[in-house]
Amino acid sequence: MAGYLLRRIAGTLPVLLLISLLVFLLIHAAPGDPTLLLLGEETNAAEVAKAKERWGLDQPLYVQYAKFLRSAAGGDFGRSFKYAEPVIGVIKTRLPATIELAVFSILIATLLAIPLGVWAGSKPNSWIDNLGTTCGLFGISMPSFWLAIMLILLLAGALNILPTSGRSTYGIAGPEQSGFYIVDSLRQKNWPAVWDALTHLFMPALALGVNMLGILMRVTRSSVLEVMNEEYIVTARAKGLKEKNVLWRHVTSNALIPVITVVGLELGTLLSGSIIVETVFAWPGSGSLLITALNARDYPLVTGLVMTYTLAFVAINLIIDALYGIVDPRIRF
Amino acid sequence: MESLTRASASEPSSGRPARLNVKAFTGGAIMALFMLIGIFGPALAPHDPNRQQLAAMMQAPQGIGALHALGTDNLGRDILSRVLYGSRVSLLVAFAVVFVSGFLGVALGAISGYFGGKVDFAIQKLVEVVWAFPPLLLGITIMAFLGQGLFNLILALVAQRWIPYCRVVRGQTLSLRERDFVVAARCLGANRRQIIQRHIIPNLIQTSLVIGTFAMASSIIAEASLSFLGVGVPPEIPTWGTMLADARIYISTSWWLPLFPGLCIFITVLGINLLGDGLRDLLDPRLKRTGSGI
Repeated sequence: MAGYLLRRIAGTLPVLLLISLLVFLLIHAAPGDPTLLLLGEETNAAEVAKAKERWGLDQPLYVQYAKFLRSAAGGDFGRSFKYAEPVIGVIKTRLPATIELAVFSILIATLLAIPLGVWAGSKPNSWIDNLGTTCGLFGISMPSFWLAIMLILLLAGALNILPTSGRSTYGIAGPEQSGFYIVDSLRQKNWPAVWDALTHLFMPALALGVNMLGILMRVTRSSVLEVMNEEYIVTARAKGLKEKNVLWRHVTSNALIPVITVVGLELGTLLSGSIIVETVFAWPGSGSLLITALNARDYPLVTGLVMTYTLAFVAINLIIDALYGIVDPRIRF
Repeated sequence: MESLTRASASEPSSGRPARLNVKAFTGGAIMALFMLIGIFGPALAPHDPNRQQLAAMMQAPQGIGALHALGTDNLGRDILSRVLYGSRVSLLVAFAVVFVSGFLGVALGAISGYFGGKVDFAIQKLVEVVWAFPPLLLGITIMAFLGQGLFNLILALVAQRWIPYCRVVRGQTLSLRERDFVVAARCLGANRRQIIQRHIIPNLIQTSLVIGTFAMASSIIAEASLSFLGVGVPPEIPTWGTMLADARIYISTSWWLPLFPGLCIFITVLGINLLGDGLRDLLDPRLKRTGSGI
């Protein structure tokens, strides 16, 4: 197992290297001069040249790339043009918000989708199956950012029961410790702040999770349908187990293997979905940061963020592969 | 020879009774409806979609038959006309993306699977690198740096969408190349190009069609997402995505601005997904395991 993981990690290194090159080239091939954008159109040539020198933009491309690689290997992506702080620091302050949002989206999606999927799959062609299948289809067809807008319209606008944007109401949250508002507030036993953070989280998490919900529900359903026909299920029934036990012990635990893969695959979609959902809700995470950085042509920050997202994606896929062995002991590495 | 080739490769489908697939039919009907709207939209539109009438701005929907059936936006432009025009660009972009990425993916997948060796290794490394980007992120990055525009948008969307075709097609080609009819063709002196074009590709079309349907659904959403973020279609072209982007700051006051374009995206994508589901059940049930709308 450890050997397998090591081999996999070694295998991803060249991929990461190629990705960094691709991102680097893409950014530098682009039209639009960051110095002009940041300093304004009326700057004189001398100031532009000085800024270029400071940011290393006057060097040839391969020198810039080599420099970038050398520092990136040490976890340093340079200084952000816009925030004039180390890129890693800027990303670190924004990451907890995105992780908190993603975790809640996954929670909402799995907690709704798996029971619904198991229920639907165990009773094919019943009303619950039809309801579940329709929900699944609606879920995968729903543009998450449109759902976000509609939720704001309904729950924040017409009914006025949830806040429209941000992570917390000003003044409620205590001092920031980990950056995860819910964890921090729980630790400080600040119950109003926990509730406040949850109300802010609900709409973005639901909007972000809706596609995953649809897909998971469909996969769970078809996986349950498939497992129901296996011989060991017939055996379990034949030895007189209650239907409830057969369903939740034998069927569900076996049906969840493909579900885990799909959760892993969909985490990537979730990551990129967060970019757009965060923008709608003015959620101060790394996704909205990326849009800000792109508009400002903040090269180091964009590179840092794209690399962070990609690294997260690659890491998630590795973890999912490793999880297989735990869920299904028949799989050996 | 060709008909024999096809029959030999599509095993179970011949035994299944041909029945009307409700899903495929409903989905196909929805898609056909929106395609007709896309083609005839400009003729149906009651107003010029870009005509600004500041005297008639922000009017709520007035119902069928009225001057502005679905209301007007912040510049007094007619929502119904814009939605009708919008379907054209949204569908056109999606079709272009599906065809280009399908062509690219099937070709590369077939080559990769048939030749193996170094060619296969190179193509699979490329797949691995491009696939390591979270979906949409690559599109956003490409668009942000190349700038808005239809051509750039298609390029940015194709960048990752050829991969599902390539992967599935490669796998199928690996097994197809060992089949008797391919071996027979080789013995008869067919060269590699003839084998790939006449014997391999025809057997990949059904699967690719199913993948293509799902790719179409995801392209429509991705186009709308990018346009919504301001890095897709230029703002002067009305599409469902740009309409939603325009609507964003007015959502607290004017519910009809985001409702109608979003509803169009949702229904179109729903129709295409239904069609894809139906086609998959009919043509290639093996794909079912992937679950997601690629």
